[in-house]
Amino acid sequence: MIRRVARLLALLAAISLAGCENWQSALQAHGASAISLKHLIIFIVAVCSIVWALVMVAMIYALARRRAAWRAPTELIPERERRMGRIVTACVGLTVVIISIFTLASFFTTRALSVAGSDDLTIRISGMQWWWGVQYLRPNPKQAFDTANEIHIPAGRNVHLVLEGDDVIHSFWVPSLAGKQDLIPGRINEITIRAERPGIYRGQCAEFCGLQHAHMSFFVIADEPQDFERWAAAQRAPATQASDEEIAAGRDAFMSKPCAACHSIRGTKATGTSGPDLTHVGSRKTIGAGLFETTRGSLAAWIADPQTLKPGNNMPLVPLAPEELRAISAYLASLK
Amino acid sequence: MRMVVLLICIVTLGGCEREKRELRLDPPVAAALDKIALMQNRIAGAPPQVYFALDRPFETNAYNLSEGKRLYTWFGCKGCHGDGQGGIGPSFLDGWWYYGPEMVSIFASIRDGRPHGMPAFKNKMTTDEIWQLAGYVQTIGAYSAKTAAPSRNDDKQVRPSENRAPAAILFDQGPTPVHPDQGPTP
Repeated sequence: MIRRVARLLALLAAISLAGCENWQSALQAHGASAISLKHLIIFIVAVCSIVWALVMVAMIYALARRRAAWRAPTELIPERERRMGRIVTACVGLTVVIISIFTLASFFTTRALSVAGSDDLTIRISGMQWWWGVQYLRPNPKQAFDTANEIHIPAGRNVHLVLEGDDVIHSFWVPSLAGKQDLIPGRINEITIRAERPGIYRGQCAEFCGLQHAHMSFFVIADEPQDFERWAAAQRAPATQASDEEIAAGRDAFMSKPCAACHSIRGTKATGTSGPDLTHVGSRKTIGAGLFETTRGSLAAWIADPQTLKPGNNMPLVPLAPEELRAISAYLASLK
Repeated sequence: MRMVVLLICIVTLGGCEREKRELRLDPPVAAALDKIALMQNRIAGAPPQVYFALDRPFETNAYNLSEGKRLYTWFGCKGCHGDGQGGIGPSFLDGWWYYGPEMVSIFASIRDGRPHGMPAFKNKMTTDEIWQLAGYVQTIGAYSAKTAAPSRNDDKQVRPSENRAPAAILFDQGPTPVHPDQGPTP
């Protein structure tokens, strides 16, 4: 019996631990805010565990203790009553003290999060059903550029994020880097994040926003500063030229079909702003807001039938001939 | 007593049926929906058989009307037609349809464009998107309210909402109507 229970517990532990991948966990903190939040979580959990253990010990002691023979159950012994009153008062006082300490700790941790300074790197994040628009704002507007669903930041620097919702309320949450912040239509929220070390951190919309809320994820990729500058320079550049005939055919098909009405590819006639910017879509890790790894195959599958892969999203099924689909997927995969 | 409770349960359950959202139109159906039969002058005509087989989904389905409302903003209709009041382009609220209020006419106007500035959207939108947008445009210009309405506005209302048949409310009978040759009622 005991062995069976032990086996069941081990199985449950294994199942729950399988969810603890390193790139999206508040307990794997790699950002300044996330580290102080993690300390707060550990502090509160530790104190609550100690209190719980003490209460359990007291309760087991009270249950197991042999009751002394009383002269009558209803009789009050003044000395005993006084002692019990003191214990109850002490416990209530201790509870008030502990909760006050929690309140203060929570207040000071949260305050420290919001006053973090920032430097010149400001990124505007727009939450849309169901993807993330990412716009790098630079003091020189010529250096600004758009991308989607993937945020590169230099490690060790404060990055200022300006958050806006375009349709409904979304919430920006990268557990390894910072707490949640909502994106609300019609107003601007801000958050400063900082990755202490290079790495890939997964984020997720944390406010239910409709059918595909679960498929609204993104990556924050913290690079070494020189790698970040190289990446930014590459992203700023217009799209690469077609290197072979099939890619050129794909480009022409893309421009003549409805694709170009919603998507932008800088350096071409495609200037739509309703869908994600595709100028360097081939260089991003995933498509469809974390739905698939970016490959020519997954791009083709997505274009062929977006409503089966992510039902309800705003990309329509555009009827294409097989050779057009092949060419367009080759073209998009080539946009590194 | 028990029978009454059972009856109430059955009647209440009847209200649980939700409107069906057609998120993905089968490609052959979408292709068939493109085959409208227009009159010689490109005003009025008949939608394809499949439109009736689907039970006129772009006029009666609230999800399609909501999608049409989103597309109205996405594809810049507001730039010329405003929120229906018109501007560079004609108004939808004045009770006057240059090419008639039928779905096929509106569909044809969006797909192929019209003289004097209305561009063709056939290379920018898919067939089902054009139908959805046509359904929405018909709703804001309709003379009587439909049973289905698109979602509400988040921003300020500048005209009566779609479920109140704004064109019927705003229709100006005279003495100096917008269109001198219009009839006394819409």
